[in-house]
Amino acid sequence: MEDKILLAHGSGGRLAHDLVEKSFVKTLANPLLARLDDSAVFNVSGRLAFTTDSYVVSPIFFPGGDIGKLAVCGTVNDLAMSGARPLYLSLAFIIEEGLSLAELEQVVNSVRVAAGEAGVEIVTGDTKVVPRGSADRLFINTAGVGLIPDGVDISGDKARAGDKVILSGAIGDHGIAVISRREGLSFATTLESDCAPLGGLVADMLEVSRNIDCLRDPTRGGLASTLNELAGQSKVSIRIEEKDIPVREEVLGACEMLGFDPLYIANEGRLVAIVPDKDADKILKAMKKNKYGRDAVIIGEVAAEKPGRVVMKTVLGSHRIVDMLVGDLLPRIC
Amino acid sequence: MKYITEFRRSELAEGLISHIRHQSKTHARFMEFCGGHTVTIFRYGIRQVLPDTIEMVSGPGCPICVTANADLDKAIALAKIPGVIIATFGDMIKVPGSRSSLRKAKAEGAEVYTVYSTTDALKAAEDNPGKPVVFLGIGFETTAPTVAASILQAEEKGIKNYYVLSLHKLCPPVIRALLDAGEVKLGGLVCPGHVSTIIGSHPWEFIASDYGIPCVVSGFEPLDILQCVDMLVSQVEKGESKVEIAYRRGVRPEGNRQALKLMEQVFEPAPARWRGIGEVADSGLKLKSKYRRFDAEANFNIEPGPAVEPAGCICGDILRGVKTPSDCPLFGKTCLPESPVGPCMVSTEGSCSAYYLYGDEHGG
Repeated sequence: MEDKILLAHGSGGRLAHDLVEKSFVKTLANPLLARLDDSAVFNVSGRLAFTTDSYVVSPIFFPGGDIGKLAVCGTVNDLAMSGARPLYLSLAFIIEEGLSLAELEQVVNSVRVAAGEAGVEIVTGDTKVVPRGSADRLFINTAGVGLIPDGVDISGDKARAGDKVILSGAIGDHGIAVISRREGLSFATTLESDCAPLGGLVADMLEVSRNIDCLRDPTRGGLASTLNELAGQSKVSIRIEEKDIPVREEVLGACEMLGFDPLYIANEGRLVAIVPDKDADKILKAMKKNKYGRDAVIIGEVAAEKPGRVVMKTVLGSHRIVDMLVGDLLPRIC
Repeated sequence: MKYITEFRRSELAEGLISHIRHQSKTHARFMEFCGGHTVTIFRYGIRQVLPDTIEMVSGPGCPICVTANADLDKAIALAKIPGVIIATFGDMIKVPGSRSSLRKAKAEGAEVYTVYSTTDALKAAEDNPGKPVVFLGIGFETTAPTVAASILQAEEKGIKNYYVLSLHKLCPPVIRALLDAGEVKLGGLVCPGHVSTIIGSHPWEFIASDYGIPCVVSGFEPLDILQCVDMLVSQVEKGESKVEIAYRRGVRPEGNRQALKLMEQVFEPAPARWRGIGEVADSGLKLKSKYRRFDAEANFNIEPGPAVEPAGCICGDILRGVKTPSDCPLFGKTCLPESPVGPCMVSTEGSCSAYYLYGDEHGG
């Protein structure tokens, strides 16, 4: 077998067939995928959540993960943020010719491991190979479906005055880990991406309360942009305390060096939950028992006045507006 | 020692704030020269926690903001010369010149590389031996030594296609020009931290002695600024004017001798154009004749045409400390971070950008 991906690997011919059989179906083994029909066919009953996302992260391997793990976790998390239990994903590759087969296999293996942890199956897929220069090494699209349990109604417009805002862990790890390996900017850090599937964490939260109002994963644009989205959709203001927001020393240091604000750095394994005050403590407790919510903390609350605005009490006791991310802080972070 | 969290501790801040409130009796206007300080002041809402007796105004210490349109136009004209590669720090790309910006020139086919250091620019020259690579030397005394070092390295390695467009600016001369203009009366100066890391605290002595203005060199964390303000208030209340350092971990009175030596080896003082202020003698740096072959200005025929200022933009007044961004009719309306009219909205250290991004609860 060739050790590099050639245009012929995407042609639908022999090479393509071998690639799918040997690299994908074998690694991602499950009966639905193995049928190799044009569609995956399965039964579900209940309310479905359905989402899609494309992954173009550069570099494709970064501390704490790679584009394969990201492509599973990102889509699983989008489903989980609707309160859904993720079930099935599609997986489509756009490969630049010349990518080494070993690297592709490493990515597919990461997909396998992440899907296993997330409890989802890859049931359908596609592979395209494009000429050198038409893509940057490897792009992935995944789409996914999940089932929403009865009694769960989570949406960005449901935050109410008096609700508490919970953050599941330290912010900025993913964005900083990725750029630490960016060409022209690489610096040494022990930091790893927080990239993780959060379906289990959400299930644990729903186990103790079905009253969660909003869930969102602060990916591109970071915590600041996510809170602004939620404040805008729900027509409320969100007040947070700077001293309560966990940020690792390494992230703070890198942000100082690069002129970034951790509030705007992407995360791939964190969530923000807005929950009724009366349920906040038990939800927080449940989160802390899960490994992806160990450092969960209440960072603020929702208020009625000045809808759409996010205000932060600084460590000095003053207040400032936290706005949406403007411009392109870090392109191709996911 | 932790260099970030230790300097953001709220209990220490509380102590400093209450000390400032306790000792400040006289009204005083302090200028923070440096854009980095402006950002810290807004990001931490420092104006809100200071007593009414203290007024903070922002100064011209943002290298991108003070770059005159005529100089920006030169950089853009260089970028449009076929085959020329421009290497520059990121923010410069977005700054609108008279008729275009580097970003627009890039979209039209110019080769513009964003670099994080002069090392990257030198590498671009080595990687593209057939093309001239022009590094845009924008910055104060903080960046000039590394640019000087890059020129010496290029000479040593025999790199023949590396050039610098030197738009460097020097801080002490422009502060003298501002004070001589007399438009803004200052009761104290928050002296720039990183600039002072290079030049030391001695070059600020004339401000204390000739103009009777208290000077304190500050770092960039909230506790640094509070300590600096506290020291300035103390001088004001005692009727003193001297130069002190509130940033001992970064600044020595004599500065960084090695960096200064590099600068002196490659550059010599020259007049420079400052946006809003005009030409100030000896406030810029040009390459010495010995290094003429690295000087973009001397080696390319650049004719950008007459410079035009954007209508309605008051960046110049803001840079002199006589107006604030909220006085500008464009601020937050047609001039936004995503579509800036003036440079103070582009640069992360610009006053308008800091006002816009970190405006306090009351929007100011």
